[in-house]
Amino acid sequence: MSRHTLSVLVENKPGVLARVAGLFSRRGFNIDSLAVGETESKEVSRITIVVNVADSPLEQVTKQLNKLVNVLKIVELDPAESVQRELLLVKVRAERAVRAQVMETVNLFRARVVDVAPDTLTIEATGTTDKLDALLRDLEPFGIKEMVQSGLVAIGRGSRSITATPTTTPTATPTATPTYAPTSLGPSRGSHQ
Amino acid sequence: MARPTPQLLAQRAAKRASADPVAPGPGGPRGGAPASPQTPVTGSVSLVKSLEALGVEVAFGIPGGAILPAYDPLMDSSVRHVLVRHEQGAGHAATGYAQATGRVGVCIATSGPGATNLVTPLTDAYMDSVPVVAITGQVPSGAIGSDAFQEADIGGITLPITKHNYLVQTPGEIPRVLAEAFHLASTGRPGPVLVDIPKDVLQAATTFAWPPVMDLAGYRPTLHPHGKQIAAAARLLTSAARPILYVGGGVLKAGATEGLRRLAELTGAPVTTTLMARGAFPDSHRQHLGMPGMHGTVTAVSGLQKADLIVALGARFDDRVTGRLDSFAPGAMVVHADIDPAEIGKNRHADVPIVGDARHVIDELIAAVEAEHAAGRRTDLSAWWAYLDDLRERYPLGWEEHADGTLAPQHVIKRLGEIVGPSGIYVAGVGQHQMWASQFISYEQPGTWLNSGGLGTMGYAVPAAMGAKVARPDASVWAIDGDGCFQMTNQELATCALDGIPIKVAVINNGSLGMVRQWQTLFYAERYSNTDLGTHKQRVPDFVKLAEALGCVGLRCESAEDVDATIAAAMAVNDAPVVVDFVVGRDAMVWPMVAAGTGNDEIMSARGVRPIFDDDDA
Ligand SMILES: Cc1ncc(C[n+]2csc(CCOP(=O)(O)OP(=O)(O)O)c2C)c(N)n1
Ligand SMILES: [Mg+2]
Repeated sequence: MSRHTLSVLVENKPGVLARVAGLFSRRGFNIDSLAVGETESKEVSRITIVVNVADSPLEQVTKQLNKLVNVLKIVELDPAESVQRELLLVKVRAERAVRAQVMETVNLFRARVVDVAPDTLTIEATGTTDKLDALLRDLEPFGIKEMVQSGLVAIGRGSRSITATPTTTPTATPTATPTYAPTSLGPSRGSHQ
Repeated sequence: MARPTPQLLAQRAAKRASADPVAPGPGGPRGGAPASPQTPVTGSVSLVKSLEALGVEVAFGIPGGAILPAYDPLMDSSVRHVLVRHEQGAGHAATGYAQATGRVGVCIATSGPGATNLVTPLTDAYMDSVPVVAITGQVPSGAIGSDAFQEADIGGITLPITKHNYLVQTPGEIPRVLAEAFHLASTGRPGPVLVDIPKDVLQAATTFAWPPVMDLAGYRPTLHPHGKQIAAAARLLTSAARPILYVGGGVLKAGATEGLRRLAELTGAPVTTTLMARGAFPDSHRQHLGMPGMHGTVTAVSGLQKADLIVALGARFDDRVTGRLDSFAPGAMVVHADIDPAEIGKNRHADVPIVGDARHVIDELIAAVEAEHAAGRRTDLSAWWAYLDDLRERYPLGWEEHADGTLAPQHVIKRLGEIVGPSGIYVAGVGQHQMWASQFISYEQPGTWLNSGGLGTMGYAVPAAMGAKVARPDASVWAIDGDGCFQMTNQELATCALDGIPIKVAVINNGSLGMVRQWQTLFYAERYSNTDLGTHKQRVPDFVKLAEALGCVGLRCESAEDVDATIAAAMAVNDAPVVVDFVVGRDAMVWPMVAAGTGNDEIMSARGVRPIFDDDDA
């Protein structure tokens, strides 16, 4: 089992997220995190999915994802060659006596205070999953009242980019070799059933 | 996903208008054809005109509130509508039509219960990769999500059982959606596509023009195999000592049976055809070992187990074929060719994966094998054939007559195949009779054996036979059904009787849910919990009377002497459907058998006789 970050480019059409999410649960995969939003092209949305699976089931789920008609491209992002970020909002107990200590932790992690109440501070932080885990570990002793986290988003380093080049020729042979150097997902990427 | 903004839609429309039109699937006008002018119509008319433009000759369905607008223009259409008695029948009929012809089968249902009744046949078509398009009415757009009368989220329900589905949002997109649905259903790995249309969209004013431009940016099936992989496969195929061609339904779907025969004869390799591929290679051919799997022949099962090379063509290493995966064909290298990349390596590692359409794969394999031969590479398969021929001689398919003198179901089915001949179309239900129909009829041509393989849907036979008969009215179409299966969907015989669809049904009446009973005999100490149907003891229902009540001719046969004459009598009737109640012994069993959860080496050719296992012991 290992963690994999998949960038899935999909057509921005109703119901596509349900198709993608449903496929994971149907085939028995747990999604660790999921984030979705528009891309530089309004017709294309990008879903970033983090899954914890062994290699061979990952290949199977990738191939099944590729079969969804609205999926344009799937690329696995290597953590070492991509920038990966999550957003964390956390409400921490911070009475006068400990407030300075909480602030010290906030500064140490280059997080920000975004709301102040007499007995709590609300902190915003972005970073990798590891960094946010470490921040939470340090805030834990003060008392975490509430927290919310976004899914992970990721982008490849360097000048090359992942783009979907939608074509109107549905029967064309697959050309969707990703423009960003990905970790190999088997011989079938970009092709369809 | 977010709903598209108006700007986005406008942007897309502009892009579409500037793009070249794409030929919208079989039967439709080709890409070069000039688009017809925009004609003002309703959504319903646009739907019916689209079906006509796509070359649809028949649709099976039942009207109801939400789909009612579509039924009005359908009345004047060239599309024949067959009014079924249950939407499950419409779905299986569309499947039978598609399986007999390779063309897209069409079924229509209303919202809510009409649509949910399609769930079983759509799942069936999905599992067996059959090109079917289902059109369902939906409650008006404004009422969606309000639990309105007869509202069901059929899009959500069918998400995992369709290749794709649509909820049509505006009447203007009807031609494009229909063209896409037919294209998706019939290309790549075929499968069912559902198009859900709200009632207000059917009623709204729009314009119709053909051909529409398809917008399928994410759909690119790979048809042509990679040359390097083909060369690697040919090299293995000409150097293996014990090769076998493992042929699945994909070969039939690709129309690759001629090529398969040439490839088989060129290589001299043995061939096994799965339950979904019966008819893809002539049963009478010397190189054919029969069907593999749970009820396959000892020779085919052993052929796979002992092979050093399995060349899988459009087959998917289903559990009914492999038995326990960890002991399946332990010494074999695998070449796996399939149009669906997700099938390759799913169950069994592929040493040479080939993604492509079976027809192209086989044609290119032939050329590559010829090149290998020309270079003097070729192996002698005589030792392999000696082993297989010996098995074939020692363990032929057969049965024992029962001491109680009851009619053997295998005899009935064998004679049926011999009398009707290889041009007949045989459509099986699910159970023992299905296995015997696969085993004891000699299939020589593609499209002559139709069954529910992946889902194992009881009730498939009668409506699927109806669809096949509509598709091929000149063929003799026989449903071979069980007394259990027949009671699930026999109401379609009323449809057949009234619509001039004279199918024939051989009910293999063993008085019980025979296949389940067989498992109870073997694995549950002969404790027959809930498998007696009363079709013997009480004769309820009386199938002859039932047939007559449904407007069919009913016949009965209870002894071996009467079998031929009864079949002849059924064949003499051509103006009405015929049902023959073959009252057969209830204790007959399907052999050979690989018990569920065991390995193929433990195949039993008859109760307690394990040919391969015993061989290895000796
Ligand atoms: C819809 C459905 N329900 C239940 C089953 C489980 N099942 C498989 S075979 C079988 C018995 C079929 O009985 P019959 O039609 O009489 O055929 P036989 O085995 O006796 O030839 C049953 C119940 C099934 N395959 N499909
Ligand atoms: Mg029975």
